[in-house]
Amino acid sequence: MDLYAENILDHYRHPRNKLPLPAGEGRGLPVRSSEGAKAGEGVEEVTHEEVNLSCGDALTIGLSIKNDHVTGVGWEGSGCAISQAAMSLLSEELVGKSLKDIDAMKKETVYELLGVPVGPRRFKCALLCLHTLKNAVRKFRKEEVRGWSETVGG
Amino acid sequence: MVRKLTMTSAFLRRTLHSPILNLDAIRRQFPLLNQQIEGHPLVYLDSAATAQKPQAVLDRMEKFYTEENANVHRGMHVLAERATVAYEGAREVVRTFINAAHPEEIIFTKSCTESINLVAKSWGRNNLHKDDVVLLSILEHHSNIVPWLQLKEEIGIKVKWVDIDDRGQFRLDHFIDIMDDGGVCLVAITAQSNVLGTRPPLKDIITKAHEHGAVVLVDAAQSISHGATDVRALDCDFLAFSGHKLYGPDGVGVLYGKRELLQAMPPFLGGGMMIKEVRSDAFTSADLPQKFEAGTPPISEAVGLGAAIEWLGQFSWKDIEAHEQALIAAAIIELRKVNGLQILGHPVGAQNFAPVHSGCIGFTIDGIHPHDLTDILGKKGICLRAGHHCTQPLHRALGITASTRLSVGIYNTLEEIRSVPAAITAAQSTLRSAFPLR
Repeated sequence: MDLYAENILDHYRHPRNKLPLPAGEGRGLPVRSSEGAKAGEGVEEVTHEEVNLSCGDALTIGLSIKNDHVTGVGWEGSGCAISQAAMSLLSEELVGKSLKDIDAMKKETVYELLGVPVGPRRFKCALLCLHTLKNAVRKFRKEEVRGWSETVGG
Repeated sequence: MVRKLTMTSAFLRRTLHSPILNLDAIRRQFPLLNQQIEGHPLVYLDSAATAQKPQAVLDRMEKFYTEENANVHRGMHVLAERATVAYEGAREVVRTFINAAHPEEIIFTKSCTESINLVAKSWGRNNLHKDDVVLLSILEHHSNIVPWLQLKEEIGIKVKWVDIDDRGQFRLDHFIDIMDDGGVCLVAITAQSNVLGTRPPLKDIITKAHEHGAVVLVDAAQSISHGATDVRALDCDFLAFSGHKLYGPDGVGVLYGKRELLQAMPPFLGGGMMIKEVRSDAFTSADLPQKFEAGTPPISEAVGLGAAIEWLGQFSWKDIEAHEQALIAAAIIELRKVNGLQILGHPVGAQNFAPVHSGCIGFTIDGIHPHDLTDILGKKGICLRAGHHCTQPLHRALGITASTRLSVGIYNTLEEIRSVPAAITAAQSTLRSAFPLR
């Protein structure tokens, strides 16, 4: 099947949970609280940016977290269709997940969401979203961010 | 557009409509080109990354391994002699090709990158001191940037940069200003940009640098396959290139250096071959060129490179340049038909098509990342290169993160160039996003 399948292109053209950054506010993301879980008591937020320096793909993820569960998600980014569509697809999976659920996510999780085989040329495009997500969670836990080999297994 | 085409019609007639080289005969000699990718004929427009290899090179390397293979310079038997004769024969072919005065001025390395590193680590460490200036252009490839940044970290040299103008041309006025400021000990400059295809005025640069007592290293990785290289006419002090962009094999590079400079330099790598004598507490270096060829050199690769140069020698540079300029001119005309496409160094309204770009052109398309574009084109058999092409400072200066590059070789045809715009337009409609990417 084609890497540029219609569902991928749809997410690229109409990204879900993508929120424009207010001008001048750097990478501090407003996080969309979905499912009626408004930012409120006990809700903490974390934002984290990762880039693929080699091609210029960039993603910033914002998470609202309450009781170790994701209550809201937003993201901002630029780059190729694969990186942006994968982020959009992954963002739809996050609300309601526990941080342990996110810990358990592997690169195959993203590949299944994309639904097409991702070759060696494009795996960094496809997995930038997961790399950013894993490090966002690490940052939330006050842990050091890690390299690709540890976040997504190479 | 019509007016522009009219203005250049003489040029176009001369170049686009008259066969300069017998392309059918040339293409038959490149077995790789004769294949289909998912039902589409292969259109290889990535020769700036690596050129394909003619049968003559493949045959010569096979002959080496089936009839001559042995290690060089260290054996009395018949094969050792054959291998040494083949290897040293290749050195002589390279010497003639770039018009060096002496064969020992030709050092075989593993790549153009290693050649530049050799100069930085040997000549640089031995001759540069804190606050000495190494002058680069913003066009440089990382391989002619990072070795100097390493010396900056190591011994505190200063690295300065010459700008380009809006046509992507080296700014000679800026260069002269920096030279006149003083302190420049080395000018390390590309002969041809691997992204824009522009060529700095080497002769002017070298003359000016020498007036100030600076040494000049030329990175000829891109230019070497697109025009004549004459190190004595240029009077450059060092010149580096690789075999694989010259229709030869990968794994072999060349460093040319003026003999008196090379003789005064300490060895780069230590090991076998590069020594005269080794004692338990000291060694003495071999004479040139072995001093800089530690370990078993890329023997079959050097022999293959020699074969590539001899193969290329059947064509005149005049014909090669005319053919490739026609391809580049056609690429510019064709690509300008694509909506939202900007050719780097070729601003809207620019009228002269050539010879501003040699060998390649770089471009961007609004709203489409080069990786998406080249992935989709690749499935149609069209091979273009995407990314920053190991020129992040240049891309930063151009205000972009990545670009797409179309590069040509002796075997490309006008039909191949003309197949590109429609494929790009199709990719655009596949990808066209509802909003422009930032």
